[in-house]
Amino acid sequence: MLGVTENRHNLRPDRNVQDHPPNNELWVTLIAAVQESQDTHSFERLFNHFAPRIKSFLMRSGADATLAEECAQDVMATVWQKSHLFDPARASVSTWIFTIARNKRIDAIRKQRQPQPEDLYWMEDHEPDHEAVMSLQQESDILAQALTELPEKQRVLVEQAYFGDMSHSEIAKKTGLPLGTIKSRIRLALDRLRHSVDVKTVK
Amino acid sequence: MTKHIKHHLTDDLISGYSCGSLTEAVSLAVATHVSMCDDCRAALESYDALGGGILETVDIDTTQDVSFAATMAKIKALPDAPRTKPVATNVPAPLVDYIGTRLENVNWRPIGMGVKQAILPTSKGAIARLLYIPSGTAVPDHGHNGLELTLVLQGAFRDESDEFKAGDIEVANEDMNHTPVAFGDQDCICLAVTEAPLRFSRMLHRVVQPFLKI
Repeated sequence: MLGVTENRHNLRPDRNVQDHPPNNELWVTLIAAVQESQDTHSFERLFNHFAPRIKSFLMRSGADATLAEECAQDVMATVWQKSHLFDPARASVSTWIFTIARNKRIDAIRKQRQPQPEDLYWMEDHEPDHEAVMSLQQESDILAQALTELPEKQRVLVEQAYFGDMSHSEIAKKTGLPLGTIKSRIRLALDRLRHSVDVKTVK
Repeated sequence: MTKHIKHHLTDDLISGYSCGSLTEAVSLAVATHVSMCDDCRAALESYDALGGGILETVDIDTTQDVSFAATMAKIKALPDAPRTKPVATNVPAPLVDYIGTRLENVNWRPIGMGVKQAILPTSKGAIARLLYIPSGTAVPDHGHNGLELTLVLQGAFRDESDEFKAGDIEVANEDMNHTPVAFGDQDCICLAVTEAPLRFSRMLHRVVQPFLKI
């Protein structure tokens, strides 16, 4: 819990996570409803939460509003179509949707294919272990919370790497910071996140 | 999938893949290794989880609604996703789009001394090729101008640094000169990705390099 008190002054009041605490277990239930019964109502709740985030993510990555709208619709359509590939023991819903949005970004903005690792077809042969699912989803909540508590400088760098079409050296050019500084700040941010997840999981 | 993997991806490659900043050829090597290596899959999942956290906490531009109706219309227009049964293949999934499902059916071109190659169609910035190296044969002594990734798909090779077996990936940088030699019962097939053309040490190779695209 050290990180929380230490960094409270860095919390930004406009962060949406403050208004709506992350609730990964809810998203897992909704995806399951989409998968099992093509439930439009559950999908709409997922849509209302994730679609604006995907669009903002893509706009921060350099897409204009029209392209970002088009891509956000495509990403959510993929979520509907591929819900059977979501494995709640391996990823949170936001992580899974992030990978779809990232691949869409590479495809639509960089006009490049992104080869994907082989899918692990878990649905076909076994039910996921309930405890593994619970702990993974809770860890993901903690990670999202921890991200909002990072010192601003570190947070911005981690964001840029992920919004990026930007390598570390391109971030260096843009921010005027030496490459070594950027790499060590990103590493520091990751260590801090790992630490904060560890501490909170142990508690 | 493979439990004996000794040589893994670097942190930079895994985080680069997660952020989406790698070239297609390098991503192909990363995705193929991850398909074969549970450790690197777990490491990639951690970086992706960080990306998920970024997506969850991104500042939302409230003036930018996404149309639910348009999305549902797209979904209705989608063809039924075929849930294909996996076919018998000895090619890791990410490579199937590039070379098909059987290593035996690769369209090889000989490049001398029994060594064969097939260049894969990827976008520019790096070159991906399959190399076929008969057991006991050496790939000509070479250095390289940039990053070189060599992932073993079948058989094994050794060089000055170590031995590499199926699933192992060697990550070599520009100051490394090495001579890989295939060994073992099977001929060696590797996925090799280079960020810049290899520079062979010997004169002849330097002359033919532009023609062979190696």
